[in-house]
Amino acid sequence: MFSRPLDLPLDQDGSSRFLPWIIALMVYLAALSLAVAMAIGATAGRWDQGFSGTMTVQIVPDISAGNPDKKRQAKTAKALERALTLLRDTPGVISAEPLSVEEISSLLAPWLGEGSQMDELEIPRLIDVRVDPETGPDLATVKRRLAGVSGVVVDDHGIWLERLVKLAYSVEVIAFAIVLCIALAAVATVVFTTRSGMAVHHGTIEVLHLIGAQDVYIARQFQFHAMLRGLRGSLAGLAMAAVTLAVLGTLAGSIDLPLFPALTLTPWQWAGLAIMPVAAALITMITARITVLRALVEMP
Amino acid sequence: MVAGVGSKMVRFENVGLRYGMGPEVLRDISFRLASGSFHFLTGSSGAGKSSLLRLIYLALRPSRGLINMFGQDVATLPRADRQDLRRRIGVVFQDFHLIEHLSALDNVALPLRVAGMSPSCIQSNVSELLNWVGLTDHLESRPATLSGGQQQRVAIARAVISRPQLLLADEPTGNVDNEIAMRLIYLFDELNKMGTTVIIATHNEELVSRFNHPVIHLEDGEASMASRSEKVCA
Repeated sequence: MFSRPLDLPLDQDGSSRFLPWIIALMVYLAALSLAVAMAIGATAGRWDQGFSGTMTVQIVPDISAGNPDKKRQAKTAKALERALTLLRDTPGVISAEPLSVEEISSLLAPWLGEGSQMDELEIPRLIDVRVDPETGPDLATVKRRLAGVSGVVVDDHGIWLERLVKLAYSVEVIAFAIVLCIALAAVATVVFTTRSGMAVHHGTIEVLHLIGAQDVYIARQFQFHAMLRGLRGSLAGLAMAAVTLAVLGTLAGSIDLPLFPALTLTPWQWAGLAIMPVAAALITMITARITVLRALVEMP
Repeated sequence: MVAGVGSKMVRFENVGLRYGMGPEVLRDISFRLASGSFHFLTGSSGAGKSSLLRLIYLALRPSRGLINMFGQDVATLPRADRQDLRRRIGVVFQDFHLIEHLSALDNVALPLRVAGMSPSCIQSNVSELLNWVGLTDHLESRPATLSGGQQQRVAIARAVISRPQLLLADEPTGNVDNEIAMRLIYLFDELNKMGTTVIIATHNEELVSRFNHPVIHLEDGEASMASRSEKVCA
């Protein structure tokens, strides 16, 4: 017989009817932004780790005038041997392996075409060097060590990698900023919806106030209503985002680009996304509570 | 002016009230009502009876003067304490102010619910009171399905459910015939005998004259107090 309904008929309130849909859309966009941020962050980390501890040493042939082909080739081969010996004798160098002409050909194939006559071209010889990231020599030490070898150029991919990682982190920061903007927009929406609800139910709120209801009693009705709507909307938004990410992950998986960020998320990253509905529900609840408490202060 | 039988429950000192920048609708209102007293508040329409009641149940802030309720200056009361004080006051509003989407039972239960009483206690108290006011068959009825008289009884039940120390009624006899009006005043009289301080605003002079209770009369925004025999004195 005795029921415990909400004193305020907020469920029948037209102003908050669309709140779950708006929250769903916002959580959907925020989840996609967050997923992109996490994927790019992980990719940047992989690039950083993958390239640290590696160097490439080039032996550039001396193509100055009056240097006959055979002599030049012999000089390049000699420089290659010397560089290899010096590198392998350097403490902290794990390996120093020259790339074969065939391997260099395959690297250049996209630009020069298959079956190019490499013998006719003055192509630098390359040495792939792996150093211990902890104890291995830095770029300056390797350069100093190879200073006596003619035509040597040492590259630790630092400048290229630094720019790439900086770009990746910039995109990550922007994605997080978008998530923050979406959260602020959600807060503004809840404030507007709550104020509308208070205007619609002003008479009932006044009665509750006059019979001695504390402000928190009235605020509690709005905050739980907002929380339920926020939770419902954010679960729907997360479900839509999960489907979208699954489709994008499948499509991205079919593209064979080593540097392209993988759009598949780890279980931990999925767990991070799964927190979003709880966060959205908490944001709507706290926002509604603060909005109501601030408005009620105006009442005598 | 001092009236009543016990300690001071309501004290007004030079209270004035104006709405916005308009003229003062109440001027220099001063009176003291003792605990356990019964007063009629009379005056013609627009004399300020409802405004005075609204000041007593703290729905309005005075433009000037001092209002002391239950020995406390309401102007300096912290917000939470004002709400505690409101719970000691029962109000029968002129247009009842029942909450439309709640049943009669839930409307009456409201003051107990906001006071944090347990649902089992609320149920027994509310059912008993609704029986007392003759609404046993309408416990689950919404206000819109009740007659004016039934709505009024729900409003009265809601005002007295928490056994307030001070009961205010704004024109409770306005929409009922004389017989029911008399029964209502007898009902308030019974509550008064149980210790509740009662103030009833009415413009029904005939009804007032049938009871031996002092009268606060409002005219042109100013109050005067008289016993029934004195009627009104300036």
